[in-house]
Amino acid sequence: MTIKEIQEELIDEFAMFEDWMQKYEYMIDLGKSLPLIDPVLKTDDKLIKGCQSKVWLQSEMDGDKIIFTADSDAIITKGIIAILIRVFSNQTPDAIVAAKTDFIAEIGLQEHLSPTRANGLVSMVKQMKLYAIAYQATNK
Amino acid sequence: MSFDIKKIREDFPILKRKVNGVPLVYLDNAATSQKPQQVIDCIVDYYSNYNANIHRGVHTLSQEATDAYEKARKIIQVHFNAAHAHEVLFTSGTTESINLVASGFSEILKTGDEIIVSALEHHSNIVPWQMLCERTGAILKVIPMNEDGTLQMDVYASLLNEKTKLVFVNHISNALGIINPIKEIIDAAHKVGAAVLIDGAQACSHIKADVQALDVDFYVTSAHKMCGPTGVGILYMKEDWGKKLPPYQGGGEMIATVTFEKTTYAEMPHKFEAGTPNICGGIAFGAAVDYLNNIGFDAIYKQEESLLSYATEQLLQIEGLKIYGVSPEKTSVISFNVGEIHPYDIGTILDKLGIAVRTGHHCAQPIMDFYCIPGTVRASFAFYNTIEEVDALVAGVKKAVMMFG
Repeated sequence: MTIKEIQEELIDEFAMFEDWMQKYEYMIDLGKSLPLIDPVLKTDDKLIKGCQSKVWLQSEMDGDKIIFTADSDAIITKGIIAILIRVFSNQTPDAIVAAKTDFIAEIGLQEHLSPTRANGLVSMVKQMKLYAIAYQATNK
Repeated sequence: MSFDIKKIREDFPILKRKVNGVPLVYLDNAATSQKPQQVIDCIVDYYSNYNANIHRGVHTLSQEATDAYEKARKIIQVHFNAAHAHEVLFTSGTTESINLVASGFSEILKTGDEIIVSALEHHSNIVPWQMLCERTGAILKVIPMNEDGTLQMDVYASLLNEKTKLVFVNHISNALGIINPIKEIIDAAHKVGAAVLIDGAQACSHIKADVQALDVDFYVTSAHKMCGPTGVGILYMKEDWGKKLPPYQGGGEMIATVTFEKTTYAEMPHKFEAGTPNICGGIAFGAAVDYLNNIGFDAIYKQEESLLSYATEQLLQIEGLKIYGVSPEKTSVISFNVGEIHPYDIGTILDKLGIAVRTGHHCAQPIMDFYCIPGTVRASFAFYNTIEEVDALVAGVKKAVMMFG
């Protein structure tokens, strides 16, 4: 699936929720189902700055695609990570760099975009795009 | 005057607000207090009727603005029982007040001199001293804390010696709400000839500090913690220090005479108040202090005390909930976690329920490191909060626990 298709799928999924409770319960479930990453990967150099909760992000190339794995000590943050991984992982660097992020507002998580939230959603997206740019550069 | 909570809440327009479709429950008062209509009106009145620069114009508006500004200084002097109005310096807030003192001491300290801070400090009370030590070669010593959030006073006594030049402690810790024994700290410091700065940012909305009774050298606070506007605060500086410390910034207002050969400085407070100050802020700070005194600090304390004890009792019934900072000497702040749930998760759910709390390390990372936690959820109550709001908080925390459990 392309990034755009995955984003549309997410928008449809989130449209089914009637209130914020259902939405957050779903995100908590997503957070709990996020595959755990190897504790040895949870090093300070993989920490994303600007998060009130800790977020570790790891990336590697598999063929022409980037695989992201990540973890956090807060569950809502893990839910957000799970959504971002579903959108951006297993995609090419070019697709990741070019991807739009309007879907975040469309699934009703715009409140997490405000810089004062300091939960790092903005930082996470930025870091994923930075990795993609870095892989783009090394491949050229 | 009797304490009528309904009437008091009427004074605060923001308390009528809804957040996420539900009535706002504002429990982040340790971060900043809300403002009563009286203070808001004072700000509007200033800009609508007598906005002018102070201390220089001969015209009527300038005179009125100057009078109002100096009247505010007088109100604050009386409130803190300073011996003189000129010992009250207006600053942009607690942080600037602290930096002003640190900057002054950079001229006084020598290599090997010692500064003592407490382990309970806000970052704003640690960083300036670290910078000062780097500049002067002085050494920073720390009073450690106990598990219950109190300071290890026996260690403090052992840290004091003739090399100690300065002691910095907060009156009340912002992260835990513990009231420190500042009179004892000040007296012990003075015995070895050290000066003491007390950070009153967290204390001033709860208790009235008497700077003469405390015999403190410097006392600082911010207006916005006391129902006043942001961007203004004070530094109480004992008169002697006003003569000993050099000016903080160069500019207008702080000079007596200027030639290209030499400038002589004005007397305090103007010596430390370069440039056009936050005139409106200072005047509104005075209005805020008047407002609080009209309610009365005894009534404020009583109301907050009942909120604190009720909230403590109710929250502790939640399984796995742990409160940090449990000394009986504390103000209406509850810093807590529930089991392994991240404070950020609880805070997010509370926000969806319209309840404003603070989550995180509260700019006091050393305290969080002490407890080995990433942070806490901090609910801080003001006199305008109600028992019903405490109930909303408790129900909200229970809901969050259910969602994350």
